[in-house]
Amino acid sequence: MDVLEKTDSIQAEMLRHFEEKIERGDAIEPRDKMPDAYRKHLIRQMSQHAHSEVIGMQPEGNWITRAPSLRAKQILLAKIQDEGGHGLYLYSAAETLGVSREELIGQLHSGKAKYSNIFNYPALTWADIGAIGWLVDGAAIVNQVSLQRTSYGPYSRAMVRICKEESFHQRQGYEIMSKMMQGTKDQQEMAQDAMNRWWWPSLMMFGPHDSESPHTGDAVKWKIKRHSNDELRQKFIDKTVQQAEVIGLTIPDAELKWNEAKGHYDHGPIDWNEFYRVIGGNGPCNRQRMEHHKRVHAEGAWVREAAEAYRLRKEKELLHL
Amino acid sequence: MTTEQALYKYCLRLGDNALIQSYRLSEWCSNAPILEEDLALTNFALDMIGRAQLLLTYAAAVEGMGKTDDDLAYRRGERQFMNTLITELPNGDFAYTMTRLFFTSVYEYYYFTELQNSADDTLKAIAAKTLKEVKYHKAHATDWMLRLGGGTEESNKRAQTAINALWIYTGELFETDRTEALLQDMNIAVDMPPVKAKWNTYVQEVLLEAGLSVPAVDYMQTGGRNGVHTENLGHILSEMQYLQRAYPDATW
Repeated sequence: MDVLEKTDSIQAEMLRHFEEKIERGDAIEPRDKMPDAYRKHLIRQMSQHAHSEVIGMQPEGNWITRAPSLRAKQILLAKIQDEGGHGLYLYSAAETLGVSREELIGQLHSGKAKYSNIFNYPALTWADIGAIGWLVDGAAIVNQVSLQRTSYGPYSRAMVRICKEESFHQRQGYEIMSKMMQGTKDQQEMAQDAMNRWWWPSLMMFGPHDSESPHTGDAVKWKIKRHSNDELRQKFIDKTVQQAEVIGLTIPDAELKWNEAKGHYDHGPIDWNEFYRVIGGNGPCNRQRMEHHKRVHAEGAWVREAAEAYRLRKEKELLHL
Repeated sequence: MTTEQALYKYCLRLGDNALIQSYRLSEWCSNAPILEEDLALTNFALDMIGRAQLLLTYAAAVEGMGKTDDDLAYRRGERQFMNTLITELPNGDFAYTMTRLFFTSVYEYYYFTELQNSADDTLKAIAAKTLKEVKYHKAHATDWMLRLGGGTEESNKRAQTAINALWIYTGELFETDRTEALLQDMNIAVDMPPVKAKWNTYVQEVLLEAGLSVPAVDYMQTGGRNGVHTENLGHILSEMQYLQRAYPDATW
């Protein structure tokens, strides 16, 4: 056996061991051996998730100073803070795979890393804050509940914590919508308008139909992904339609109807042209979101440098004591 | 002036300080130099909103007109706000915001320590709760003053620029008038000279350690506590009160 063959056989043995572990349902931990493709997939997915939490702070942050009551402002601020906290856990969890937060932010800025497409839509009225909490966080929860059982330990544990907070966010959003639907005609119209604008983008959050999804294969085999895009989307639709009905909101889909035989709602076609256009960079806020993040990062550089210089100076002083 | 009128004004002054500075801090959301700092600044904003709620609710109760904390926050005009000017100034850069937080949190730390001895049970309880929070604000701002002062040439310069610009707004923090005098006679309000002395000592010590200096100015800006503000407050209110003013019949 020559060297190359030997390396190949070690590799094969490693992969077999890894896949057996996955098969048994054991969690993969940072020090475990894992295939490169598994590591890459996770870094891509976890950093995209972290970036989404952080970029998602922008549309909601847009309404903090205008929140209509002290309670509403407190709840919104606490919610956005949670999102930032989720970003932190997820960056830390991604760092266990050997990549730094600075590198991940660099990838976001270069366009190599993505964030959830939903945040490329603008938060235009106060009802949008309700719609984001209820629909966007509602869709995110469906996905994240499924990820609590993902195979990578640090990711799965981060998801358990995150899910607890997300369900509070969804209630916050639903409460705003419900209050507005019980309010004046202006408020009801505002709520329905937000519903109309956020419904379809929320469905797109689950990604392309299973038949079109490029990342599904290995991710399913390695139990990173536990349910398909279409399964998760269906779950979201089924629970949300009833919630909308309770408070008197209309789902903007003329083809939406209960399918007795399947036990699910059927829905009309999703406009995938819009999805690919927005993902491709031409949504209403893509440029604004990235420019904002880059500008803030650049403006804060002197603060980070000062903190680092101070830390080094203190360390030196300690050594010379 | 009756005791109720004095107490109402006293609560508004304290409540508005918290409300308006929380507004400024909340503007840092998704704008801070690092994610950890984004969370810290908005956390302080949350503490201050909570404090504003307690104080404005109490003010409304003392006034006895059946108003809520929201009525006071969202339906008063520029001349009815009683916050100190320093809280309403625009955020500027990170050094400016942090220097302001340093000045106000050190002040609030000593102020609420004293207010814990108030003869008014509600203020006493609010002071005890606030003190727990303000301790963190003060520690955080102190750490940053040391980092900025002792960090790089640029950070030192920015911190010094902020100190120089903000210094003239610190005098107002220690002003007292008939309102406080009346309440002090009843052991309700804080006796200011000791607070000022402790503030001065602490601020000077930290700035000295940070390689920063106290500017030599003999003029202090004033007015906010009596409703005469900088031009900034009107802009804060027009944004903060927008929905309440645009849809006066709506509840949110």
